[in-house]
Amino acid sequence: MPVISYLAHPHEGKKEELIKVLANFKECEVIPAQNKNILVVVTETQTKQEEDYLKQKLDALSSLKLLAMVSGFNTPEKK
Amino acid sequence: MYTSITNRRSFIKEMAKLSAMTAAATMFPGILFAKEQEKGLPKGVNLDWKKAPCRFCGVGCGVLVGIENGKAVAVKGDPKSSVNKGLCCVKGYHSVIAMYGKDRLTKPLVKKNGKYVTTTMDEALELIASKMKETIKNHGKDSVSIYGSGQWTIPDGYVASKLFKGCIGTNNVEANARLCMASAVTGFLTSFGMDEPMGCYDDIDHADVFVLWGNNMAEMHPVLFSRLLDQRLKKRVKIIDLATRTTRTSVAADKSILFLPQTDLALANAICYEIINNGWVNNTFVEKHCNFSKGLTNMGYGLEDKYKFNDKPEKIDFEAYKKFLEDYTPEKVAKISGVSVKDIKYLASYYGDPNKKVMSLWCMGVNQHTRGTWMNNLIYNIHLLTGKISTPGNSPFSLTGQPSACGTVREVGTLTHKLPHGVVMNEKHRELAAKIWDVPVENIDPKPTFHTVEMFRALDRGDIRFMWIQVTNPMVTIPKLKRYREGAKKEGRFIVVSDIYPTPTTDIADVILPSAMWIEREGMYGNSERLTQHFEQMVDPPGEAMSDTWQLIEIAKRMGYEKQFYYKKDTHIEEIYNEYRKHHDNNKHNLAPLAVLKENSGMHWPYVDGKPTKWRFNSKYDPACSNGETFHFYGKPDGKAVIWQRPYEPAAEAPDEAYPFWLNTGRVVEHWHTGSMTRRIPVLHKAMPKAYVELNPEDAKRMQIKNGDKVRLTTRRGQIVMPASINERGVPAPMQVFVPFFDESLLINDITLDSFCPISKEPDYKKCAVNVEKV
Repeated sequence: MPVISYLAHPHEGKKEELIKVLANFKECEVIPAQNKNILVVVTETQTKQEEDYLKQKLDALSSLKLLAMVSGFNTPEKK
Repeated sequence: MYTSITNRRSFIKEMAKLSAMTAAATMFPGILFAKEQEKGLPKGVNLDWKKAPCRFCGVGCGVLVGIENGKAVAVKGDPKSSVNKGLCCVKGYHSVIAMYGKDRLTKPLVKKNGKYVTTTMDEALELIASKMKETIKNHGKDSVSIYGSGQWTIPDGYVASKLFKGCIGTNNVEANARLCMASAVTGFLTSFGMDEPMGCYDDIDHADVFVLWGNNMAEMHPVLFSRLLDQRLKKRVKIIDLATRTTRTSVAADKSILFLPQTDLALANAICYEIINNGWVNNTFVEKHCNFSKGLTNMGYGLEDKYKFNDKPEKIDFEAYKKFLEDYTPEKVAKISGVSVKDIKYLASYYGDPNKKVMSLWCMGVNQHTRGTWMNNLIYNIHLLTGKISTPGNSPFSLTGQPSACGTVREVGTLTHKLPHGVVMNEKHRELAAKIWDVPVENIDPKPTFHTVEMFRALDRGDIRFMWIQVTNPMVTIPKLKRYREGAKKEGRFIVVSDIYPTPTTDIADVILPSAMWIEREGMYGNSERLTQHFEQMVDPPGEAMSDTWQLIEIAKRMGYEKQFYYKKDTHIEEIYNEYRKHHDNNKHNLAPLAVLKENSGMHWPYVDGKPTKWRFNSKYDPACSNGETFHFYGKPDGKAVIWQRPYEPAAEAPDEAYPFWLNTGRVVEHWHTGSMTRRIPVLHKAMPKAYVELNPEDAKRMQIKNGDKVRLTTRRGQIVMPASINERGVPAPMQVFVPFFDESLLINDITLDSFCPISKEPDYKKCAVNVEKV
């Protein structure tokens, strides 16, 4: 059950658009910086495959310039 | 750990979020995540934000504490702090909650007929002073002792040392930093003649490669580790994790290298062999700035009472050192350590590459080691041979675990052999201390007495009859604890414990004094990078709780030392700090004036001509350098650092047929040390409520042990039963187990071994032999 945090760098002038798009992903929590062109994105998925698929979808967003992973944790599945 | 997966996931998510915010803060100075940082703050109030260093680990993050109606209600990172640039880890963000646990000690308690009864502070202090006087009269000055902490503020430690060493005349002053940092101190002293790192955290911004020696930074120093990760994002630095167990740090690193316990000694020597064999030695640097020495070997492990050891250094030359290293070729060391020849060469090549700046970081894995001093020396050897030292980014850096292990224990000198400036054995150092303390120089005993383990042995034997324990929890942390707990409870012992919550240590007390915590009093801490930070009193302590500093002053006055303890209640911290600065009045250790500390989020020492010194021993940055060269290791009389010949020697107790596993102990990110504060923070306690034993998945499979199954651990000292953890947090190597020590209901130190480094006297909590059985 991966939990990954990223720094998301939007294209110039596309920060608000990226925030709106990311808000539609139920797996994502978005924390925008107040005074810089950057967002913290924390993803929480059930499996590695799901996480990989989500990452592909995020990478395809036109308002996103760069998505850089900061930390990743894997937690055991609830038995 | 097993009852609360949901909470743990929330916690992990919070950790991931904080890591990213910390990384962002280092990339974009001044970046604000105001909405997130101020989430949960009381609405519609105008908080008064005041600066302080964080109360927890030795990183020394700057925090801003939000005060409302006399209560600390919020914490956020101090954006002006050079340490954390505005962010904190989860412990830091929740730190003020630890002040308001429902079982906070608020009144003095005295044990009468086996029960604790409430008394007044005045009566408790009178009782303590009279017991101290009586004990000294009946058993001599060396029958009384104080055991403090790297959580002592600088004034706490200073007045403790002045009272015991200067006034009473006993060197029975120790602190729990002996358990975590003593090998770092003796490493610095033997290699450089002066304690504490030559570099600072700015090195992180300059280095190309980070080698972590047995140091799980991701959990123990998360804010600093985020700075490393940030550097990887910015400029693709390499992070190499050298460890005996796979941790979150290993997973986040570019490369994880596992070695067998104790063989780091051989591994470090193999790196030196490779550096020399490949012609990577910085000959100019070594010729100008280094000597070679060897010391005694086969020193033993301190397992017997009254064990004594004094090293006998002997100068050698480069050729002799080179010959010694022939026993440490990568091929030979691969067989001892389990590290492949390829990986040894890989490691050495980074240290040897003149175009790579390398920072080595270490903490408990290296220091809590029966050859901890040697391990510190060996890491310095690597940096000295290559000349990668005392320049931005080239930095051997020993991290600390407590907020003022450096500031108080190492700089004030609250260890048996130490004085604020120098050591008790040195006549000039005694004269300086006696002059500043206003005591006859004869008062200061030139002979050290008991280091920490031996102090508790002396309490057991009856050589020590009175012990005052402040702001630490030895009845959880002392190795081979069962002996020392029973010793402390013997007839004829009188124990005083100053703390903020009931702990297993208050359980052995005859008198419990309620202490003021952190920002309930004024003080200073000194962190890992020689940064001194001041904090003011922001809120009142509860009930009759009193600062440890003032408790000591009250006792000193009651014992007849009013002249030396002249301090006034309203101004005593300032008076003590000004007096303390006189001990370090030189350009090698000068401390910033109090007014400067109050204005800034910390200041590095040496503070010379109004400027902090960030890199010592380098004439470009350090005004104390006076030899006309680029580097000057002025801690040694000849201005040269020492490259030490230190061999690999086995651990004090290795696995055998009866006890076939290695037992390693340590910490977890959620809890700070024994958990006496963090277990009172609900979010942290829920995330990690109980201790556990980590097993290697293959071992667990073979023994048919599943997560949560009860496992019995048996050593020659006793046994303990705890739940198994497999593939959850850390993963030990095969035939090794790991247990965290934060849980007072599962005292792992009941079964650890009290072996220690003969030079530093720091115990080895990382290695003893254990049998593992499914219950």
